[in-house]
Amino acid sequence: MRYAFVLFIILYALWYGLSGYNKPLLLGLGLISTILACVLAWRFRLFDREGVPYLTIPRLLLYLPWLFREIVTSNIRVIRACLRVDLDIDPVLVKVKTSCQSDLSKTLFANSITLTPGTVTIDVDRDELLVHALYASVAKPEDFIEMDRRCKRAIDG
Amino acid sequence: MMIAVAVIALVMALILMLIRVLLGPSLYDRVLAVNSFGQKTVLLLGLLGFFMGRPDFLDLAILYALINFVATIAILKFVRYRSFQVTLVKRPAPEKEV
Amino acid sequence: MSFFSEIGALYGQYAPLLGGALCVFGAVLTLFGAIGVLRFPDFYTRLHAASVTDTGAVLALITGMCLMSPSGLVTYKLIIILIFLFLTSPTASHAVANAALKAGLTPILSKPDDKAQTAETDQDTAKEVTS
Repeated sequence: MRYAFVLFIILYALWYGLSGYNKPLLLGLGLISTILACVLAWRFRLFDREGVPYLTIPRLLLYLPWLFREIVTSNIRVIRACLRVDLDIDPVLVKVKTSCQSDLSKTLFANSITLTPGTVTIDVDRDELLVHALYASVAKPEDFIEMDRRCKRAIDG
Repeated sequence: MMIAVAVIALVMALILMLIRVLLGPSLYDRVLAVNSFGQKTVLLLGLLGFFMGRPDFLDLAILYALINFVATIAILKFVRYRSFQVTLVKRPAPEKEV
Repeated sequence: MSFFSEIGALYGQYAPLLGGALCVFGAVLTLFGAIGVLRFPDFYTRLHAASVTDTGAVLALITGMCLMSPSGLVTYKLIIILIFLFLTSPTASHAVANAALKAGLTPILSKPDDKAQTAETDQDTAKEVTS
């Protein structure tokens, strides 16, 4: 019930921001469609700790600045690789073990790896990720330990 | 006019992406290029809204982002299974935690 | 009070300029990513070049547009686009990469012993692109 209420509030805020009108008719239509979406989510059995992860939002916001810093530094590296006259890339496939337990934290970890340019998650198997990296020197399995630790702390606590 | 310069740079990037779509040796190169093309189109729509002084274009940008994502996944699913009617089975979790 | 109004005036004066500069920067990043997509030798490395556009350019362009936005509603929509792109773009590139791997597309890997072969492949692809 709590999850349904939080989802309702988030969806209604989304609707209100997208429409931008204050007329009663439009507000009522938004109410109806939001309730419909909540009922559909209930039919899909999406209401659990991972379906509506509102409890993890504060810790996730603490994780984001570090992720943005990583994105900027690796962007510089990849753009330099794009613009060099001679290609000096040495691509590798790395197997990375993760200590994340829940599906949501694994998803966050894999998405963070894909978001930083130069590394892409290709496959996930239980707690092992197959990562393709543009430079072998910056994609040793030890280099992902800090991101793994931060992702685990952001979701699992 | 800085926005005009940004729009021109984006259009040039779009043209380069189209070249990759036409050249791409494998199907996945083409799908990747089309997906990237769509993302650039979203940004271009937002910029055009500012350029013409009509921020309503942002609604189109949101819609295009949604359609672009769904289209990429749909193409990949069709190529892999040759059908849209396959249910994507969820792998059974080792142990369910609460 | 006057301090805050002064800050507001400064913001109103310089925010559009800064936003325009960020927009140009992001668009140029997009162009560099597209050049990388054309130049790189195989599919998996092209994926990295395309992800420059997904992250850096989106971040720079949308921050720039937020600085130029005339009203709060526009900023709200821009932030929705930013969140949406940051959620879907890694999912899409993971889906493409996974589909390519499952279809048997092998990546070019540069191990110490077959360095020469990889370099040769690079030159071939470069020739293809330039011709």
